[in-house]
Amino acid sequence: MKNSEPIISVRGLEARYGEKVVFSDIDLDIFPGQLTVILGSSGCGKTTMLKAITRLVEPTKGSVKFWGEEITQMDENRFQNVLKQVGMLFQGGALLNSLNVFENIAIPLELHTHLSPTLIERIIRVKLSLVKLDNVMHLMPSELSGGMKKRVALARAIVLDPKILFCDEPSAGIDPLTSSHLDELLLELKRKLNMTIVVVTHELASIHRIADRIIFLENGQLIFQGDLAAAKQARIPSIDTFFRSGRYD
Amino acid sequence: MLKLSFHDGLLRIEGSLVASDIPSLHSELETALKSKDSFNIDLSGLTGIDSAGVAFLEELTLKAAQKGALIIHPPSAEIQSVMNTFRSLDLPVPEPRPKPGFLESAGENLLIRLDGFKKAIITASEVVWWSIIGIFDRSGQRKYSVVQQGLILGFNAMPIIALMSFIIGFILSLQAAVQLRIYGANIFLADLLAITMVREMGPLITAILVAGRSGSAIASEIASMNVSEELDALRMMALDPVRFVVVPKFHAITLVMPVLVLLAIIAGEIGGAVIAFGYLDLSVSTFLSRSFNILTLKDLIITFTKSTVFAWLIVIIGAHYGFQTTGGAEGVGKATTASVVSSIFAIVIADSLFSLLYL
Ligand SMILES: Nc1ncnc2c1ncn2[C@@H]1O[C@H](COP(=O)(O)OP(=O)(O)O)[C@@H](O)[C@H]1O
Ligand SMILES: [Mg+2]
Repeated sequence: MKNSEPIISVRGLEARYGEKVVFSDIDLDIFPGQLTVILGSSGCGKTTMLKAITRLVEPTKGSVKFWGEEITQMDENRFQNVLKQVGMLFQGGALLNSLNVFENIAIPLELHTHLSPTLIERIIRVKLSLVKLDNVMHLMPSELSGGMKKRVALARAIVLDPKILFCDEPSAGIDPLTSSHLDELLLELKRKLNMTIVVVTHELASIHRIADRIIFLENGQLIFQGDLAAAKQARIPSIDTFFRSGRYD
Repeated sequence: MLKLSFHDGLLRIEGSLVASDIPSLHSELETALKSKDSFNIDLSGLTGIDSAGVAFLEELTLKAAQKGALIIHPPSAEIQSVMNTFRSLDLPVPEPRPKPGFLESAGENLLIRLDGFKKAIITASEVVWWSIIGIFDRSGQRKYSVVQQGLILGFNAMPIIALMSFIIGFILSLQAAVQLRIYGANIFLADLLAITMVREMGPLITAILVAGRSGSAIASEIASMNVSEELDALRMMALDPVRFVVVPKFHAITLVMPVLVLLAIIAGEIGGAVIAFGYLDLSVSTFLSRSFNILTLKDLIITFTKSTVFAWLIVIIGAHYGFQTTGGAEGVGKATTASVVSSIFAIVIADSLFSLLYL
């Protein structure tokens, strides 16, 4: 697996909000069929990284390639075809408030496939049960707890069986048991569908369960990328501190 | 590529069964399901599957089983394991939310409305009570909040109110002037305009604009504070949301509303004066003297009293809908719309009650 071509490769990436540079000069690779964990203290730019890679925040410099194709200059129509193969779980869930849970998850199915309503209903029931939610289909997002919203959002992110899945802090606000179920789910998706998964998380236990590879961000710089085992042997102080105490310096 | 064939009672599905290809299978499948004889299913040629594919196979086997069809050649172990992940056959089918019957929902609506009205009265009394207390005791309010609110609610609304009143004064006078001229009654334009602007149009234009501009802002501000737990945070800081948020607005609007109405009246008069001087050739002195003579002290008192009442209605109704909001960002929009519609309705009703005073 090591020798395969990266599915996403990022070179010299820079992102800003106005004048403020969040990170610059980032080179990183995501390999197919692997689960990559992005680590870094709050506010160091992990969410922005996911958004810059997917052009939700247009990068100010650098290149991003998906399947070897440059996407930063790609025209909107072609880029949308790339996005159909990509799922994203947003940090805040980002459910559409005016639609109920069922309708939220149904959006990608209704707009990007021509499946019959019975099939759509079946698929949604499966995806909700995969994220350990029952009997929420008819609820509105405002009637869900934070952790439930997160899981509905995850169900929406995987509803089209994307090739690549980004998850921004999937376990935040979720109890440890459910969170370890979600880890199982990610591993299952990786194993059975060969999904490439990128997860932002701070949970040490979870990192040990799921990570093939880690990427460590600090002060707008990428200070490490590589295997989990290599990270622990790299003798980088902030990484050592993190794996010892689960905290950032 | 996906291939579906139906020969000699054997339905073979080969290739990769994924969402994008499934709709194309329908016609062949219909033939298979329509045929009288029972048939068997061969899945050994499947090379790939996704969750839509699994759902499709489940539907298919359910339908086919009624005809006694069996899967005689199962898919590979790999495919089988994906099918296990996305298996929906033993999941419970959620019950739809019960929909209340017509009478039931009508009755419930009435109760909700009555309840809403009761709550509005409670909000109103709290706002008025704390606003009176707040004149003497400013604790629980931030410094300069009244001035700040006065600027937002009043000063910023001046240009639009002046412009709208000018145009409406101009149009009303133009319509009237054409008629008056026929009868040679040019001079009455001044009386007509003064009475309409002072008694009706000035307060009404101002109130409707303030309701649209500031009432909606009040409702959406409080509603979004409500759904994002900011009001809860205030309560936990031992602050009363009504005193902290609403009272400054109530004081501010009470102070600025008369100024805005006066502005509307003056702008409307100027709009009418353009017609009076330019089209009807009235002299400035006649126009002014007739305008002032026709108005009585009673007119002015009623006008400014009712404008103040309109202003209070706007703040109270905006606050009421804000405090009643539930249901996330979606609720904020609904509360805002409802507050504008209700406050304009309340203003028109109040206006018609005030007009009884002129009888
Ligand atoms: N929309 C925004 N506008 C301006 N600054 C932002 C915005 N979003 C995030 N930031 C800033 O960018 C930095 C990185 O944020 P973010 O990527 O959300 O961090 P993380 O996800 O690692 O906690 C933070 O300093 C944050 O204050
Ligand atoms: Mg983040």
